[in-house]
Amino acid sequence: MHSYVAKPTPPNQDKRWKLVDATIRRQGQQARGLIETLHTVQEAFGYLDEQALRYVAMSLRVPLSRAYGVATFYHFFTLKPAGEHTCVICMGTACYIKGAPQLLDAVQRDLGIRPGETTSDKKVSLLTARCLGSCGLAPAVVYDQEVAGKVGTAAIREHLKKWTHA
Amino acid sequence: MTPEELDQIAETERAAQGQFTQRVNVCVAAGCLSCQSQSVKDSLDQEVTRRGTKDHCQVKGVGCMGLCSEGPLVSTSAGILYKKVEAADGPAILDSLESQPVSRLICPTDVPFFQRQKKIVLENSGNIDPDRIEDYISVNGYTALIKALTEMSPREVIDEVTKSGLRGRGGAGYPTGLKWSTVSKSVGTQKYVICNADEGDPGAFMDRSVLESDPHRVLEGMLIAGYAVGATEAYIYVRAEYPLAIKRLRNAIRQAERVGLLGSNICGTRFSFRIDLRLGAGAFVCGEETALIASVEGKRGTPRPRPPYPAMEGLFGQPTLINNVETFANIAPIIRNGGEWYAGIGTEKSKGTKVFALAGRVENTGLVEVPMGISLREMVFEIGGGIPEGRKFKAVQTGGPSGGCLPSECLDMPVDYESLARAGSIMGSGGMIVMDESSCMVDVAKFFMDFCMTESCGKCIPCRVGTYQMHRILTAIGNMTATQQDLKMLEELCDLLKHTSLCGLGQSAPNPVVSTLRSFADEYRAHIEEHRCPAGVCNAEPVGETA
Repeated sequence: MHSYVAKPTPPNQDKRWKLVDATIRRQGQQARGLIETLHTVQEAFGYLDEQALRYVAMSLRVPLSRAYGVATFYHFFTLKPAGEHTCVICMGTACYIKGAPQLLDAVQRDLGIRPGETTSDKKVSLLTARCLGSCGLAPAVVYDQEVAGKVGTAAIREHLKKWTHA
Repeated sequence: MTPEELDQIAETERAAQGQFTQRVNVCVAAGCLSCQSQSVKDSLDQEVTRRGTKDHCQVKGVGCMGLCSEGPLVSTSAGILYKKVEAADGPAILDSLESQPVSRLICPTDVPFFQRQKKIVLENSGNIDPDRIEDYISVNGYTALIKALTEMSPREVIDEVTKSGLRGRGGAGYPTGLKWSTVSKSVGTQKYVICNADEGDPGAFMDRSVLESDPHRVLEGMLIAGYAVGATEAYIYVRAEYPLAIKRLRNAIRQAERVGLLGSNICGTRFSFRIDLRLGAGAFVCGEETALIASVEGKRGTPRPRPPYPAMEGLFGQPTLINNVETFANIAPIIRNGGEWYAGIGTEKSKGTKVFALAGRVENTGLVEVPMGISLREMVFEIGGGIPEGRKFKAVQTGGPSGGCLPSECLDMPVDYESLARAGSIMGSGGMIVMDESSCMVDVAKFFMDFCMTESCGKCIPCRVGTYQMHRILTAIGNMTATQQDLKMLEELCDLLKHTSLCGLGQSAPNPVVSTLRSFADEYRAHIEEHRCPAGVCNAEPVGETA
């Protein structure tokens, strides 16, 4: 058994740390709860920054390098804040052969960003997904959590225009 | 919870359901939800309330009905299936319950897509409300668990599963009974059961659908497995990308705990069992069992050499049983109806049914469950309804990035583990993507290699560097700049990765290349020698960085 170490205090007064602390407690302050805790942080704050990683690592008694390693290993975690809106283009096989590359190409050209990046005005983040499992609706795009199916180049341009000109 | 109490719940639920003379089922699985099926359900609910028929007409949210491309789907107690329903169609559908069906929305069910299916795993999908345990219990839910706990010894449960001939539905097809038996014989202070719901293959959505449509079926299978192998703790490792499946699983676990089907001393026996969720975080390699275990332990999902197999040394160093969602979903009916009944379905070596996610260039896309041994031709042209726009069939891709592309010569081959492996592909988890002449096979191979390259965990060099090199050559072929030398190198790399990679990801990464090289060699040749792409996909001038 490990000796008792005082739990660190959250980096600031933000109420959302309470959610994080709840997860840490539920995982018994053990290293095995690292991924679960990072999920909670990302859900609460939208991304994982250095101060969050430091806090989680200390709370679970794992080296910062391991927390950073896990956070960068998994695609789901992001170390940068996302833009106001997110556009996820599914690049699963069904979507791929039904024209997802053309969609991605159009968006990249319109917004001037690549997957994983955010426009300089912080309005739109562009992401790709491995597969949303909405293959019956290929090609599929997720606009701010809302899945749209059978999307064409014109439709995606239209939708993004609403965001960038808002 | 005693067997009598379970009967009581089932009786009460059946009586409650019996009061309704009319029923409208609306699909609320992810496919239809993204076509606004929730608003269809809401509008039906409102309309029923407005008409004051709430006491005899039930509007129920149910799981996937299969034909996802025609969603939102609605079925009625009059036995009619409606497709592409909109919120405004609510009143017309309710009117139809007492008169003629709404002809403009009818989706014919006497077609092969529905007739050729045999539903075991999906038997409750589209019929029960996935958010209510009572509904599951009313269709004989948890009776298999009670039977196992009260009438069978763990040994007998394993024998029954062995007799059924069930093989792992995650793709590799390892005999389930044998795996259970190994775990049950392993010695450990604590044993674990893990349900692999990290469905990472692009183009596969069977597991998601099962979890969203019938979560209790999976829990029941895990409980029976836990009893059989002597485990008391279990995890479901589910993709974070499936928020609805996560929500329904959490709800199902809570309900099962509430009625005493999960927890301590289940059914008054000495058997205790706890199930917890672990969310994946978007790493394809975590579908590999040792990587999955590392991830459940909160670490980076990198595989380790086997042996020792997880059955001996798995989660936290203890004996661990890992099965796929669909495998667990097959358990309850096997225990209920006996292993022999299950073994009577399918082919000699591949028993039972398999759920496939049919997608790509095919008329009917969606979820189908068919007996093993059905031919690819039946899958694509009868169930799938053929290729749209009168185009020509080119290939069907099974097994995701670890599988291969099967050309038209393979169409009459039966779909079972052995035949697919012989043809250079694998059963995989059940994704089946149909391609027509508009797809370039070099481009498809490049697509999968890009996937494997991105998803390689980086632990072993053959996979980390090999997938990169193979992707580089495939890109060169696509850009018409490759030479014969490159092609030879590509073939050598296929062999190298297959034999020297640490885990299944690297070992099977060359499969899409090997199978397309074998069946579509002329396309590669056209790119290299004639600098042209027969399908007109690849461009000599690379357009942006797409894939």
